Amino acid sequence: MATTFAHRVCPDTGLKVCRNAEALIKANAVVAIVFLAIGGLFGLLVALTRWPAVHILPADLFYLALTAHGADILIFWIIFFEIAILYFASAVLLNCRLATPRFAWLAFALMLVGALMGNVAVLQGESSVMFTSYVPMQAAPHFYLGLILFAVGALIAVFVFFGTLVVAHQEKTYEGSIPLVTFGAVAAAIIAVYTIASGAIILIPTFLWSVGLIGEIDTLTYRVVWWGLGHSSQQINVAAHVAVWYAIAALTVGSKPLSEKVSRMAFLLYIAFLPIASAHHLLTDPGLSSEFKIFNTSYAIYLAVLASMIHGMSVPGAIEAAQRRNGFTQGVFGWLRNAPWGNPAFSGMFLSVVMFGFVGGISGVVLGTEQLNLLMHNTLYVTGHFHGTVAAGTTLAFMAITYLVIPLIFRRELILKRWCKWQPYLFGIGTFGISMLMMGAGTLGVSRRHWDMTFSDATLSFDYPPAAFLMMGLNGIFAVLATIGGIMFVVIVVGSVLAGKSRDAEAAKTSPIIFQGGGATIAGHGGEATLKLPGTVTLVTVFFISFVLYYFVNWKFLSEVWPLS
Amino acid sequence: MVDQDNSPQQGAPADGDDERVPPMQAILDNPFLLLFIGVAVPAVFYTIWGIMEIAAIPIAK
Amino acid sequence: MAVTPPQDRLWWKEPLARMEITWISIAFVWGLVMFFTMVYWHIDGKQNLSNEAYRISPDAFAEKVEVFADEYTVREEGETGIPVVRPPAGGDAYMLGRLWDWWPILELKKGESYRLHLSSLDWMHGFSLQPANINIQVHPNYEMVLTITPDKAGVYSVVCNEFCGIGHHQMVGRIYVTE
Repeated sequence: MATTFAHRVCPDTGLKVCRNAEALIKANAVVAIVFLAIGGLFGLLVALTRWPAVHILPADLFYLALTAHGADILIFWIIFFEIAILYFASAVLLNCRLATPRFAWLAFALMLVGALMGNVAVLQGESSVMFTSYVPMQAAPHFYLGLILFAVGALIAVFVFFGTLVVAHQEKTYEGSIPLVTFGAVAAAIIAVYTIASGAIILIPTFLWSVGLIGEIDTLTYRVVWWGLGHSSQQINVAAHVAVWYAIAALTVGSKPLSEKVSRMAFLLYIAFLPIASAHHLLTDPGLSSEFKIFNTSYAIYLAVLASMIHGMSVPGAIEAAQRRNGFTQGVFGWLRNAPWGNPAFSGMFLSVVMFGFVGGISGVVLGTEQLNLLMHNTLYVTGHFHGTVAAGTTLAFMAITYLVIPLIFRRELILKRWCKWQPYLFGIGTFGISMLMMGAGTLGVSRRHWDMTFSDATLSFDYPPAAFLMMGLNGIFAVLATIGGIMFVVIVVGSVLAGKSRDAEAAKTSPIIFQGGGATIAGHGGEATLKLPGTVTLVTVFFISFVLYYFVNWKFLSEVWPLS
Repeated sequence: MVDQDNSPQQGAPADGDDERVPPMQAILDNPFLLLFIGVAVPAVFYTIWGIMEIAAIPIAK
Repeated sequence: MAVTPPQDRLWWKEPLARMEITWISIAFVWGLVMFFTMVYWHIDGKQNLSNEAYRISPDAFAEKVEVFADEYTVREEGETGIPVVRPPAGGDAYMLGRLWDWWPILELKKGESYRLHLSSLDWMHGFSLQPANINIQVHPNYEMVLTITPDKAGVYSVVCNEFCGIGHHQMVGRIYVTE
């Protein structure tokens, strides 16, 4: 405990905040949000082009914008922010110094150079190969090189995180086990190691091929290994945003995990089994056996779905238990009605939990069922699904925690308080709409990554049903809503960081950010005696019924398709 | 954190309690063991198995 | 709190609440149900993708498709010059994807089974049969063989749903299913 390092004592939490960690959290979070802004605007252009009545971009720019949207959001925004979360969950929550800050800055520099190089390559127009960059379609060499540099940087950052865990352990800056949120971050970091290793295994040869040093890359091998990167990178998000849910619930309503054991076992199932669901993408590929497909696509008999269902119970359950302790005991949902819905951290988190579960989660399991996949493979259903997970789930959760990071780490008051209040709802409704509408259009067969759903230049004509056109129009409208929510978020963040009132020790007392109900009330619950949570029971029951019904409806759809064998 | 309460709870171990940590808790407390699991399981079941299947695809007649 | 170390040093020994045990059991059993539904469908379901596939060079595949088309072409499609090929019922049917068309057009008979061979001559393509909504990934160098039994007559389109460059959105093929 006697170790000294450059730090400040947080007036809000009493934690020692390592100066290096603080600076790195700021740098990574700011760059993340810049890429969110760039990638989000490309996303708007994509949605406006797919709105048949607007159809704003020509084909070449559409595919360019779609490539940029995918890379900037799915990789750069998410991973920069996750690195900030890793540093927060290690150095800050464990009250210790960040290990090897120089390596952390090196990681940051490599990631930044890589991300910029990737963006430049895409904007030059010779690398419109989509986020997946399937061979033998070829991008400019610096497209692959950018991704490789970014991945190397991210890997270094992940090991700085592991190093910080070792430092905290050796210097005994905490007692007993690490906090649950840090444990969730460990899960995210571990998945990141597998993800980045897969990326290196496939992108390094692909880079060498692009400069002519390797003759040919097998397409099927590329897809198998590449999805170890492409899908698992989104599994990092799952572990990270679940950790963020727990963190926000603790900080805003003072909740405590219902059971450390159950939540940690659920994270262990994530660590072991989430990444094998990369097989979701291979269910209609030639030559892979059904045994391989069924085992991997089901996360080894749905053990990672079990884990998500556990978190889906224990996050609202922890909130309900805390709220009941806080005195909101009326009825089944009094705790929920009286939750701090005006606090964007809380509302963003709760919307993220609900939408990730109902929209992203259920659709993901259906999509990842071996035979059902042939109904939706490569249709807009896929895109709808992952906007439910990554936009409505992860991005909204990360936005929500940003509302706590600005006062706690940047030490700035939020500006535009009314905007803050409404932003999560706007972004949430927008992303909910685009997820549902793209899933609807995908069910009608509409292809993803497609410039012209009218096929006006095609030799043979084809018309999608009129309902699909209606849905793509509505999709454009919801995309505009989500974009407004996104712009508000960026304005709030940039404005608060640059022009927000500095947050001093006085403010920590008069307008506390984190829940002040205090230890005594919360410390008492947990364990059997207090677990009467009728609201959570109702929520998970509704969830389960929706899940089962939707699952079997899709089997009914499948049974009506041409017999195949 | 603010509510780090120091009052011992009923059921919480008293100070100096050196009862052994249960083995499963010890596993969950070891991030490097978890790292091994998290890389080995998908590497074996997904990556290696997948590539073996591709290698086994026969050549067309 | 979730952001602080567990209060109870030996948290593993905390008892589980009945609600937690119930939910975990339900979720686990539901996982088993979903898992065995996939297995069951292989035994008793009618829509399963075949695992039959071969390595083949694009040239060799193109040659097979041409031989097939030469043998069974019945007419040309309007002004386009694309052959419409009617394979024998129960026999082999071939379709190739390339930048940017599906070739040739097939004419199948309702209720008959065909062994459909799919491959690509260049990049990856996505075989998306509309409005039946059957979607399959098509690779170059791999020939996938699956048995299809069209059960409704009509005009079906094959849209490419894997991005394959600037002409991707023009890539439409056709399958006729006759009574």
